[in-house]
Amino acid sequence: MSTLAKTKAQAPAFDSLPDANGHFGPYGGRFVAETLMAPLEELRLAYEKFRDDPGFKAELDADLADYVGRPSPLYLASRWSQKLGGAQIFLKREDLNHTGAHKVNNTVGQALLAKRMGKTRIIAETGAGQHGVATATVAARLGFECVVYMGTDDIQRQAPNVFRMRLLGAKVVPVNSGSRTLKDALNEAMRDWVTNVDNTFYIIGTVAGPHPYPAMVRDFQAVIGREARAQCLQQTGHLPDALIACVGGGSNAMGLFYPFINDAEVALYGVEAAGQGLATGKHAASLCAGKAGVLHGNRTYLMQDPDGQILDTHSISAGLDYPGVGPEHAWLKDSGRARYVAVTDDEALASFHDLTRTEGIIPALESSHALAYAARLAKEMSSDRRIIVNLSGRGDKDIETVARHQGIEL
Amino acid sequence: MSRLKACFDGLKAQDRRALIPYMTAGDPHPDATVPLMRAMVAAGADIIELGVPFSDPMADGPVIQAACERALKHDVSLRRVLELVQDFRARDRETPVVLMGYLNPIEILGYEPFADAAAKAGVDGVLTVDLPPEEASELAAALVAANIDPIFLLAPTTTSARTKTICAAAKGFIYYVSLKGVTGAATLDVVAAERKLTEIRACATIPIGVGFGIKDAAVAARMAKIADAVVVGSAVVECIATNAGDFKAAEAKVVTLLREMREAMDSRGANARVA
Ligand SMILES: Cc1ncc(COP(=O)(O)O)c(C=O)c1O
Repeated sequence: MSTLAKTKAQAPAFDSLPDANGHFGPYGGRFVAETLMAPLEELRLAYEKFRDDPGFKAELDADLADYVGRPSPLYLASRWSQKLGGAQIFLKREDLNHTGAHKVNNTVGQALLAKRMGKTRIIAETGAGQHGVATATVAARLGFECVVYMGTDDIQRQAPNVFRMRLLGAKVVPVNSGSRTLKDALNEAMRDWVTNVDNTFYIIGTVAGPHPYPAMVRDFQAVIGREARAQCLQQTGHLPDALIACVGGGSNAMGLFYPFINDAEVALYGVEAAGQGLATGKHAASLCAGKAGVLHGNRTYLMQDPDGQILDTHSISAGLDYPGVGPEHAWLKDSGRARYVAVTDDEALASFHDLTRTEGIIPALESSHALAYAARLAKEMSSDRRIIVNLSGRGDKDIETVARHQGIEL
Repeated sequence: MSRLKACFDGLKAQDRRALIPYMTAGDPHPDATVPLMRAMVAAGADIIELGVPFSDPMADGPVIQAACERALKHDVSLRRVLELVQDFRARDRETPVVLMGYLNPIEILGYEPFADAAAKAGVDGVLTVDLPPEEASELAAALVAANIDPIFLLAPTTTSARTKTICAAAKGFIYYVSLKGVTGAATLDVVAAERKLTEIRACATIPIGVGFGIKDAAVAARMAKIADAVVVGSAVVECIATNAGDFKAAEAKVVTLLREMREAMDSRGANARVA
């Protein structure tokens, strides 16, 4: 037996991770200051208890159905597929969820958990403001105090979402340290949590952070993939040939991929933001162009300089503008189960316009990265092949950015 | 014998407690670091805790965050910090130096190359804030092999079971974080700290330091009654920050603060143990 085959045979099953310490191979884990070790353990125990609790599951399912509006449709974009002249492209319509993105699947779940744990105060970090809005929304509904940390640069870029959070009763705290973007907001939320651990629940918005967050957020988002799998089988009688999702921290991608992870015939593609091009350094493609390291409580691929300082990132979509990525993606990359590619600002914008004009669906700029790669891949496949793209959010929040790009002030 | 052990043994023989000031290396400028370290020793510091600047200091409050940003403006990398320690060591063979920082800059150098370089530079202990013992075995082994003490934090939220694990893993001294919060917070709970220190003493065989939130001589003296070492961070960095343009003035401020603390900690009766 070759060494490679042996390693493969001994490698853990893809759906068996993380291990008891939150590791996905060498990635993940719990790299936090001592004060947070006990609350993380409390969270893990609570999550593992309620995950399998029939009462919790029933409440979560009811909220997902009646409040979020699930299941979200799986829609065959036939005109766009025909125009591209290749595989059939199906869109998983997370843009139709309440608050307009997949983020709410996770905040509904974590908020229910917070309630069961007797916490009274919710905190969150946000970049684009989508996770902040999704958190403020569930906090309003359940009557929690809510504080959202947001970099001052992002507050300027995403003014409508800031106002939306304030309308919902959340306090938006500007973060002026470091690069004044998402990574700094996450640092600040951690500092708040360390200070207020007794009454506060920290809702992390993606599959990153210390154990159990990467696994917990993935599990709450996996409803996307479970539905998509059943819908695809029902509509076509077959599994899809490929799944495509954009990757910021990686929650919409993990949510779509996970229920297909043992279906070896389904190819998985994660699409990172190449910004102005990988060669320019102005991008946010940590898996495609970064190096392994430790940040925000886990070991993963990071955008960093040769001294291990974290770099500023660039993407036209604020939601992908993050120098790290969830540890499970790092593991899926190294193991070869998923492939990671990158798409530039310009390519994403082109697909943003293309989908809007041919299907009457305005996608989020984040999701437009996945669409751009789908356009590339579909052309290489015959028309009896099927691709599912996670349309992770709607683009209404992005129309100002797109207008500005065309030299138009709204 | 390690410099840290020699230092604590010497203090114990005199019934005194260690004063450990913290400063971020390279703040406000790399040229000021070694003179500041020497001035701190002259003012009564027993051990120096030298912060390694990091872009994302998650466990630090605004004062030390700003110090990291000032140092990073001068590109003060972990390698540069080791050069500064080496400069300091050229004229001070006794005072232990403990590095305090985050894992990523160490991770990118590699654990063994880092441990070897740190030992050569004259580093005595390494405290990695975001590295709990559960994740630390490899780095700790590399440090111990290079005769450097891996130092671990204990917090108000640490359970009794983990207190035992940490006491078993720690070398040099144990660093008790005296509040729930980041460095420089204002809410140190003396009574809770007293209670927790009694619990830690029951399973620790090495000295215990207390830090986070110790701002002035009065609190330092109070902590010296229950701990073997008092760590002062943000209060020192604040002196540097308010005089960042004038190294001599910054140094004078730091010296005044440390002298007051030293005097309060050493004054008659101050060291009668309450616990
Ligand atoms: C619509 C949308 N898609 C994707 C993302 C990226 O996050 P993740 O990679 O966790 O799905 C965001 C983040 O704000 C988003 O708003």
